[in-house]
Amino acid sequence: MSLRSSLGSWPLVRQLREGDPLGLGRSVRSRRSEALRARIDEADAVVGSICPYCAVGCGQLVYVKGGEVTQIEGDPRSPISRGRLCPKGAASRGYVTSPLREYRVKYRRPYGTDWEELPLEQAMETIADRIVETRARTWQETDAGGDATRRTLGIASLGGATLDNEENYLIKKLLTALGVVQIENQARI
Amino acid sequence: MGSNMAENHPVGFQWVVEARERGAQVIHVDPRFTRTSAMATRWVGIRAGSDIAFLGGIVNYVIEHERWFHDYVVEYTNAPVIVNEEFADTEDLDGLFSGWDPRSGKYDSSSWQYAGMDVHGAAGRREKGFAPKGEQSGHGGHGSALSQGEPPEEDPSLTHPRCVFQILRRHFARYTPEFVADACGCSVEQFVAVAEALCENSGRERTSAFVYSVGWTQHSVGVQYIRTAAIVQLLLGNVGRPGGGVMALRGHASIQGSTDIPTLYNILPGYLTMPHVGAYDDLASYVEANRSPAGWWGNFGAYAVSLLKASWGEKATPENDFCFGYLPRIDEDNSIYRCVLDMLDGKVEGFVVVGENPAVGSAHAKLHRLALAKLRWLVVRDLVEIESASFWKDGPEIETGELRTEEIPTEVFFLPASSHVEKEGSFTNTQRLLQWHERAVEPKGDCRSELWFYYHLGRIVREKLAARAEERDRPVLDLTWDYPTHGEHEEPSAEAVLAEISGFDAEGNAISGYRELRDDGSTSCGCWIYSGVFAGGENRAARRTPHWEQDSYAAPEWAWAWPANRRLLYNRASADPDGRPWSERKRYVWWDEEARRWTGTDVPDFDEDKPPDYRPSRRDRGPDAIAGNHPFVMQADGRGWIYVPHGLEDGPLPTHYEPHESPLPNALYPQRANPRRQRFERPENPSNPSGAEPGAGVYPFVVTTYRLTEHHTAGGMSRTVPYLTELQPELFVEVHPELAELRGLHHGGWATIVTSRAAIEARVLVTDRIKPLRVQGRRVHQVGLPYHWGTRGLTVGGSANDLAAIVLDPNVHIQEVKAFTCDIRAGRRPRGPALVELVDRLRARALAEDDGRTAAAQEPAGERAT
Repeated sequence: MSLRSSLGSWPLVRQLREGDPLGLGRSVRSRRSEALRARIDEADAVVGSICPYCAVGCGQLVYVKGGEVTQIEGDPRSPISRGRLCPKGAASRGYVTSPLREYRVKYRRPYGTDWEELPLEQAMETIADRIVETRARTWQETDAGGDATRRTLGIASLGGATLDNEENYLIKKLLTALGVVQIENQARI
Repeated sequence: MGSNMAENHPVGFQWVVEARERGAQVIHVDPRFTRTSAMATRWVGIRAGSDIAFLGGIVNYVIEHERWFHDYVVEYTNAPVIVNEEFADTEDLDGLFSGWDPRSGKYDSSSWQYAGMDVHGAAGRREKGFAPKGEQSGHGGHGSALSQGEPPEEDPSLTHPRCVFQILRRHFARYTPEFVADACGCSVEQFVAVAEALCENSGRERTSAFVYSVGWTQHSVGVQYIRTAAIVQLLLGNVGRPGGGVMALRGHASIQGSTDIPTLYNILPGYLTMPHVGAYDDLASYVEANRSPAGWWGNFGAYAVSLLKASWGEKATPENDFCFGYLPRIDEDNSIYRCVLDMLDGKVEGFVVVGENPAVGSAHAKLHRLALAKLRWLVVRDLVEIESASFWKDGPEIETGELRTEEIPTEVFFLPASSHVEKEGSFTNTQRLLQWHERAVEPKGDCRSELWFYYHLGRIVREKLAARAEERDRPVLDLTWDYPTHGEHEEPSAEAVLAEISGFDAEGNAISGYRELRDDGSTSCGCWIYSGVFAGGENRAARRTPHWEQDSYAAPEWAWAWPANRRLLYNRASADPDGRPWSERKRYVWWDEEARRWTGTDVPDFDEDKPPDYRPSRRDRGPDAIAGNHPFVMQADGRGWIYVPHGLEDGPLPTHYEPHESPLPNALYPQRANPRRQRFERPENPSNPSGAEPGAGVYPFVVTTYRLTEHHTAGGMSRTVPYLTELQPELFVEVHPELAELRGLHHGGWATIVTSRAAIEARVLVTDRIKPLRVQGRRVHQVGLPYHWGTRGLTVGGSANDLAAIVLDPNVHIQEVKAFTCDIRAGRRPRGPALVELVDRLRARALAEDDGRTAAAQEPAGERAT
């Protein structure tokens, strides 16, 4: 490498020569950085999504490769967010791939001191049994004055503000038909 | 006010900053100096819990200086309406409105009605005590006792002593700038500058907007906070116009959606009333009681029948009242706080928790954990093992010995859930936009969506019940529950559910909107305000036309807003009574005389061909009973309600009350706090003494809770994310240097915060961002606490919600956690049983100072009765 080209590669010289006094443009590139590729360049698919945190509803683009989420970025098309995300939205790949995420059903028996394994199908059957039993045991057809109540106060449900509209709809529809009235969510807090 | 938008809704705040760059004034009124304050033109620090005093001061300023928008107020609000002569104000009755019953601790609101109304005609329903309230009264219209659209008596000159305007003037007359300064702890000059800025930036040429969040709602008088802002905005003509409004910034991705399609006890989808025990004999009486004679709630029957048809399909017929009798009946309060106390008493056997973490996020979180330990069974569905799932082995009460793992009977099922990228569906954001998110990847392992869980749970339960069905099982067995599924997990189709929500006609075609709904059973619709989101069979929530390809800044081709894709509600108010824009600058929706229809930037929120000079006859009902110059089409009288004659539990006008726990007496009245606030007097839910009560000095400081940019609510979605925990690794408590000196606290050291309920420890952040204030001649210190932490996650810490009592707003059952009292002392909290001893010791000291006099004896009769 000649002295001239060596000097010419100095960042300060390049900044001055290339009219980039703040060092934010071409002058900070190196041979290594020229060869770098963004993670999103290699994605198999890009899917439109919405940020799961607050209710501003920023647009997200989810980049997928090999069935895994490789990156989540802001969607520039959104008239709400124009491609921007806050620290939480920008970290939401870390949310969907958190090291603390659980992938298996966990079961704690009454008075148990630790979790046990339980197949999902069996868990669903057992939960359905609990609902049917408790509902039958605590069913209230009328109140003390004889007015119709057609309900159970033995079962309660909590949560909804982090879920989809379609999910809230099924929760309300099913539980109301079962006579569960204590249905609540974060709007109350 | 009541919002730290820059930190909690940062991407929304870009628009505020952009407006400021273009010359708008941004004013932040808040107890803490935050990043929102730093970006504002002006910050005014006020005492937590004093916002009604501040806003009431603005009302008084607008009236005294004759700054109201005259034409708007006279034509579009109920300011000219004459009120019943039996009405008496808080100014007449020492802090109570007329109708207060000290025995029941409730108001009878019949004296609050408009004059000349057939109040007795509606009283039969009210005698049962089940007049629609809170969310049930939707947007304030239905259930009103008006017999037709026009109030019987009005005075357009606004001078009649019993007209709403004069009642308002007298009610707020004492809210002078000097009073505001003394109650809130700001200066007279600071207050006047805010009031003047609002007046200057309102009128024909300009508009101003209010933004709030839970800093306003989480109070024992929270609904009235928002009401006061609504009064200011109606007086200044800032509702239904571009750049105006009172905007709620909500905290969860679809908290708006879960209110519209409610996982809430007291409403059905679209804000339809959930029937109370004993209130209605049949569908006809239900519809009659809830239908409004005028406005869009006049079609209540069509909304209700279409909803019943969506649930019970062909089984719902005119002969069986469309299965109205299948609906379970509610009590006055089946809200989560009432329910958790029942849980604590062993009355609730089973609890299903989906995507919420009450063991950290609810007020008096300790009480919730104790209640979980009384259940027979508990289902928790979440992405991670949250505190509500693990309370039985690592909750704080295990450490203190108050609970023992091997003695807790609760059977716990933890089911891993799918994240938003592992399922498809719609969120409704804070501005009513339904936005679809697509599935990017398949969920792993046992992770499933709630859609999957509830669909298959319903399927299995129905199979089990079908075997030996009893009469009570008919509602479940007759339910329409046949959604198409796909994939190896048999995931139900979210689009099929959205299509059901949007609605069908008799032939099974997607309807175009709520105008097509009928009460004869020929249409079905799962949520009338969402009808049309699937119009023409197209999922409009999934529209993603880039904003640069749309002509209008309202961006109607991005997602879909309820109702009818309107981006700005009540937008007919953006034109004058004759239908012309108030000004060219604020042109939005107007009457096109040539085309004989409303037009503009947005979908008009008005009958498109109803001319401005349309006047209804006395025979007209429903939307037809609303005159062409009355923009508030959901209200029975078509006006914006400055004064609320019906639908609120705690008064037709907002009044400054102190929080349930406050170091100060009420400067206005002997009635210290909201008399109608909902309290639960139980040993597990003690209150700190307040105001002049003996023992109040044991908890001398005001404490307020809040959120950080890098965390989310109860932490399940952020304390588990590596980057976020790195950015905000630890719970801290904000104190002013003066308080730090007073209590020997050191920056970076530890402090213990104590209330009657609990004690937690936090790192000390000494900062002048949280100022001591001069209030009622006293120096009042405030303490700030983020509430995100718990016992699990990548970062752990005390839960600020453990400190709060359960005391609620009476209209909507929201807890007061934005202003209560505490003590703070240097050092870490005691470990084990000694923690409980510390809490008990302070409480005993407060009681000892009581000196034999009960706290209740210090307050008027009304306080005791609730």
